[in-house]
Amino acid sequence: MNAPLIGARIERKEDYRFLTGAGQYTDDVTLANQSYAAFVRSPHAHAKIKSVRPDRAKKAPGVLAIYTGQDLSKLGGLPCGWLITDLNGQPMKEPPHPSLAQGKVRYVGDQVAIVIAETEAQARDAAELVEVDYEVLPAVVDGAKARAKGAPQLHDIAPDNTCYVWALGDKAACGAAFAKAAHVTKLEFINNRLIPNAMEPRVANGSYSRADDAYTLYVANQNPHVERLLMTAFVMGLPEHKVRVVAGDVGGGFGSKIYLYAEDVAVTWASRQLGRPVKWTSDRSEAFLSDAHGRDHHTVAELALDKDGKFLGMRVKTTANVGAYLSTFASCVPTILYATLLAGQYKTPVIHCEVTAVFTNTVPVDAYRGAGRPEATYVVERLVETAAREMKLDPAEIRRRNFITEFPYQTPVALQYDTGNYSATLEAARKLADVAGFAARRKASEAKGRLRGLGYAAYIEACGIAPSAVAGSLGARAGLFEAGEVRVHPTGSVTVFTGSHSHGQGHETTFAQVVADRLGMPIENVDIVHGDTSKILFGMGTYGSRSIAVGGTAIVKALDKIVAKGKKIAAHLMEAAEADIEFDRGVYRVKGTDKKKLFGEVAFAAYVPHNYPHDKLEPGLNENAFYDPSNFTFPAGTYVCEVEVDPETGKVAIDKFTAVDDFGKIINPMIVEGQVHGGLTQGIGQALTEGARYSDEGQLMTGSFMDYCLPRADDVPSYQVDTRETPCTHNPLGVKGCGEAGAIGAPAALINAITDALGVKDIPMPATPQVVWNALRKN
Amino acid sequence: MAVKISMQVNGKAVAAEVEDRTLLVTFIREHLRLTGTHVGCDTAQCGACTVDMDGRAVKACALLAMQAEGASITTIEGVAKPDGTLHPMQAAFKENHGLQCGFCTPGMVMNAIDFARSHPNPSEQEIREALEGNLCRCTGYHNIVKSIAAGAKAMAAGK
Repeated sequence: MNAPLIGARIERKEDYRFLTGAGQYTDDVTLANQSYAAFVRSPHAHAKIKSVRPDRAKKAPGVLAIYTGQDLSKLGGLPCGWLITDLNGQPMKEPPHPSLAQGKVRYVGDQVAIVIAETEAQARDAAELVEVDYEVLPAVVDGAKARAKGAPQLHDIAPDNTCYVWALGDKAACGAAFAKAAHVTKLEFINNRLIPNAMEPRVANGSYSRADDAYTLYVANQNPHVERLLMTAFVMGLPEHKVRVVAGDVGGGFGSKIYLYAEDVAVTWASRQLGRPVKWTSDRSEAFLSDAHGRDHHTVAELALDKDGKFLGMRVKTTANVGAYLSTFASCVPTILYATLLAGQYKTPVIHCEVTAVFTNTVPVDAYRGAGRPEATYVVERLVETAAREMKLDPAEIRRRNFITEFPYQTPVALQYDTGNYSATLEAARKLADVAGFAARRKASEAKGRLRGLGYAAYIEACGIAPSAVAGSLGARAGLFEAGEVRVHPTGSVTVFTGSHSHGQGHETTFAQVVADRLGMPIENVDIVHGDTSKILFGMGTYGSRSIAVGGTAIVKALDKIVAKGKKIAAHLMEAAEADIEFDRGVYRVKGTDKKKLFGEVAFAAYVPHNYPHDKLEPGLNENAFYDPSNFTFPAGTYVCEVEVDPETGKVAIDKFTAVDDFGKIINPMIVEGQVHGGLTQGIGQALTEGARYSDEGQLMTGSFMDYCLPRADDVPSYQVDTRETPCTHNPLGVKGCGEAGAIGAPAALINAITDALGVKDIPMPATPQVVWNALRKN
Repeated sequence: MAVKISMQVNGKAVAAEVEDRTLLVTFIREHLRLTGTHVGCDTAQCGACTVDMDGRAVKACALLAMQAEGASITTIEGVAKPDGTLHPMQAAFKENHGLQCGFCTPGMVMNAIDFARSHPNPSEQEIREALEGNLCRCTGYHNIVKSIAAGAKAMAAGK
């Protein structure tokens, strides 16, 4: 019974309900007296609204109400959760972000009105009948063009469409480093805009009870407490105890369900006006037009090296397209989560990065799996690989020469890495990928008329966001701790309440393993509850691979309190001194004797306290804890990608993809491998198949699964994955987080492999057959 | 226009009057309240709505409810044994971690069962090609491919 559960491949507790159709996703919840909403969205990228005429629509069958921007004009705008201070010490420009457009629309898909009817079909039919007169304005969709003279202006308060110009690092020292360089490698590229596309589209179902004067919002969301806080305090002016937010089973997030969206506010507000619950379910076309997008950087990057290939300095200039409005965390992604990662795994002594964030007539851009860190890794690992090729050095050797080997290590871009062993993951990946056999495989490919290439990416990421004090000093407008509660029932089984949210990550299993291992009970005796503000004391939610490192640690802290209280009870029951009691996996013993009490017996005594130290202790066994991390965690690893290109068609086939990651201690290897597989596939999607495209007029040209190519099963290989372990030094589980690694490291490895195969310096993402074919012709 | 429809769903006779434009998936989810069948797109690409109709996996978003008149439909809710024992394909997905968020899973399982009937011992390539009509954003397909290989073998062995 007491075999260690940490490190065990345990099948997931949540799977039975998902496999039998018993999951309860937000759209599966239909309330009594349910009504349905559809949104009228702008067909123009930029226009003045001259009038909205809902009269015809109001007469359509089943229509209950139609609300426009005018009706919601007293609500606050959607807030941004992170204040960036620009180069001149000025706050970033924060234009109003209304839930329904106020006089102007700024991207195709911007919400203009909400139509509510008895059925979803009736709501959609009626939305078609709402007449909106627009005065179409010129639009701009490209980040660089948005700052040009004469470009259309989106917001009065943001001249030149500029949200901020921000920088990190020592510019003068960087200039000096470049002046003495033996070699400089320079690249200019676009980190392509991506559309997250969790398989479950967003859903929001708002309901108001007049009897309780209270709201409930069921919403597909990654952090219900943050959703509630932002909506009540900043938008609707409601007390938090009158709003319950429930995010039950959520079908994937990848960042796109972190944010407070306009639709969530509109249905919640409307439910009170109407006196009926209002449900909106996004269809996929709407998801393309209204879910926050990711990436979209234009970057010029340079690496200075000495004659031996040692890095002397790095200089990076990025224009980040944040879309039409600032989404909830849009401002920190291309700054705090990007520039701070530019040291990578290397001892680059000086780094300078300047970021200009611009507004354009496109869907708002925010965190998408990796959030800033894939963009940083792409900069670093494309530069490093290109420099090696230019200097005729082995790309593994140039990395070895520059690896950080001593910890803790203070980077020149603010972070302090606590631990790592980068050569261990590099060498393990080389072996697993059989790099030694590559030359022979390349020859065999050449004999078939194919081009074979190999590329590396040695990534690092900062996870477990974040020490609240550090985040606060960098502009965060919230704390970044996590909360957990361990409730031991009288007969010894346990319910755990966590502020982390699982939308595919398997917390119900991983967290239960941690608890059951510590308390020495079968995993079946532990249930994890998440996603409901009425049950969980507080939570900052799940993003940035923070759940096990921050949420898991909060649970461990609560477990510590449970165990400590249990010790007092056990000491009383066994008539021993508390100092003489030891606890190990479910058993309290008196040191040096055979006296023992099982955890269940102690729990029972806490709830049936007939024999109990009432003078010292309260009955019951229920503890909660808040955990604020003292540092980020730093997962790192090396990926090796090997491709074969058909020069006749330009098609890239991934022959082998090898990933060796260091996530610190691993709780459930099966789940961790699954996270890596999924991340890699999203990273491969970015490099090979996915890319949002806008026409110059601002129409999204990739607005469905027919135009936006999500990787399919036959686009990707089976992966070779392994791990190495340097435990995190500052949390009790030694864990670092694994959710985003694959998406962070894969694009650079893949593009490094393709450019190697083709013998070209660079190729744009996504490297579709057409792009590759054209590159070969140009060459 | 309202139309009368009747069919078997998970072994039970059902009859209803629905609007003629009602999709089969809407009928299953909204009228029968069988919410295990999901809707992940509006262009018949993602396969989350896959159900079995008369022995073939079909996308329930690409059929009108009235096109299923007289048919026998099995949804994900009808796959496990009445005592709750998982179908071998469901069990294979659980054993091989072939699901994460679970949203695409019902469609994956329904398609996989149909595929495995004609492919008792499929190759990796055959499985990947058979998944052309089912999108997953979580797993990267790696463990879905493993699950279907294992599930097909288990089905062939009559487990």
